[in-house]
Amino acid sequence: MADSWSSSSDIAKAVAAGQVSATDVTEAALARIGKLNPALNAFTAVTAARARAQAKKVDAADKSKLPLAGVPFAVKNLFDVEGIPTVAGSKINRAHKPAQKDSPLIARLEAAGAVLVGALNMGEYAYDFTGENVHDGPSRNPHDLTRMSGGSSGGSGSAVGGGLVPLALGSDTNGSIRVPSSLCGIFGLKPTYGRLSRANSFPFVASLDHLGPFARAVRDLALSYDVMQGFDAEDAACVDRGIEPTLPSLDKGISGLRIVTAGGYFKKGASAEALSALDAVAKALGAATEIEIPEAARARAAAYVITTTEGAALHLGRLRQQAGDFDPAVRDRLIAGAMVPATLVVKAQNFRRWYRDRVLDLFKDCDAVLAPATPVTAPKLGQVTFTLDGVELPVRANMGIYTQPISFIGLPVVAVPVPLKPLPLAVQIICAPWREDIALRIACALEQMGVCAAPRPNL
Amino acid sequence: MAAPLDDFITAAAAALELPLQPAWIPAVKANLEVSLRLANLVAEFELPDAAEPAPIYRA
Repeated sequence: MADSWSSSSDIAKAVAAGQVSATDVTEAALARIGKLNPALNAFTAVTAARARAQAKKVDAADKSKLPLAGVPFAVKNLFDVEGIPTVAGSKINRAHKPAQKDSPLIARLEAAGAVLVGALNMGEYAYDFTGENVHDGPSRNPHDLTRMSGGSSGGSGSAVGGGLVPLALGSDTNGSIRVPSSLCGIFGLKPTYGRLSRANSFPFVASLDHLGPFARAVRDLALSYDVMQGFDAEDAACVDRGIEPTLPSLDKGISGLRIVTAGGYFKKGASAEALSALDAVAKALGAATEIEIPEAARARAAAYVITTTEGAALHLGRLRQQAGDFDPAVRDRLIAGAMVPATLVVKAQNFRRWYRDRVLDLFKDCDAVLAPATPVTAPKLGQVTFTLDGVELPVRANMGIYTQPISFIGLPVVAVPVPLKPLPLAVQIICAPWREDIALRIACALEQMGVCAAPRPNL
Repeated sequence: MAAPLDDFITAAAAALELPLQPAWIPAVKANLEVSLRLANLVAEFELPDAAEPAPIYRA
């Protein structure tokens, strides 16, 4: 039977077996959102009428052909949802016309029987690692409502970690799937750059933007990811590559896989909790070898520069016309980004090619690399700085120091939560391009060993 | 370094037609200092002349 902590695959099985209807599951999800969202502030829109209509369609369909039959899901509010403006966490976009059609990822999930129940809070224009939003208020951490959910897909972390939905979509430019996964204690998949279509989603940094799912169970990541795959010419970066399902190999275990740990940069500044989470995962996987990812600090620097300048270029017109309507913290970063000389940006892009080749060399001798997802567990809401390796740094820009050098070259990553007390923290399982299957397989093994799990909050 | 960067910010805002309010300048400057420091960390890394970015990046 399905309850608020059920996985997507269990819900789909129960609906397919006729044990529960998609309508009942949808009503339960809407009721839970109504009850808990005032505290979590994860949702910015609830699409109740649409959800009820889709659930009715699923109930009338042949559910044996619907791998996500009746599974409620929600999307970060930068995904186009037909009929509502795509606000991307901003005040400015509220004046936009309602979206004409759904993001193709929403359409593919719904074609598989899933039921969209709403849109989720996020940091303004995705330039954020905190989950705070000056217009909508912060999405809150389900394990401690006084703490950050992580950004920028904060509402996605909060909604899945709080049991409001079993599945959510978010975006990750520098860590925005992996950081909320870590802070909220859930699983997140950032696929290879170019794998999932970004069409009909509000962009941030074309060179680095990725979309992907969040869940409380690894199988749900694989299930949703498999149905979202497929070429889409509408996204210039989407690669024309056949669908490579990950579910068939999910339970194969870790036998034969060479798994190593990233040292150096990826341990410098890590808190005791981050090192403890990494150690638990490495021990369980027998990952005794430590490697050095070359020039990771420079890679993070280059990602930072490309982000601030491409973000500034995207928003230049709005900065000229409506600067006063931005979150001031986002506005000041974007204005500064507009002033970085183009020569330095080209240098950062050139470095990206060089760094990619060096990191791909590492995968000749290993299948996966482990690193913490965040340097610390969830900071307090409103906390502006934290201390890493003895240096006081802004939280907003530095929560992604371990995620940025990885998304910079588009490698697939599964963030796996280690249920530390009192707050969880995730580890990244990083693989070679297009090997989401290996990352998910390792994540599944860790889940089966009981090392990684989404802790259930008291809400 | 402080005064030239202030001048640069004022000139760049004018060139880019950005309506920069005086109250925003300290935060813009702090962000620009970080961005330039990180950009120079990348720029000082020697790459061969043949190292080019791809028009569309492939992972």
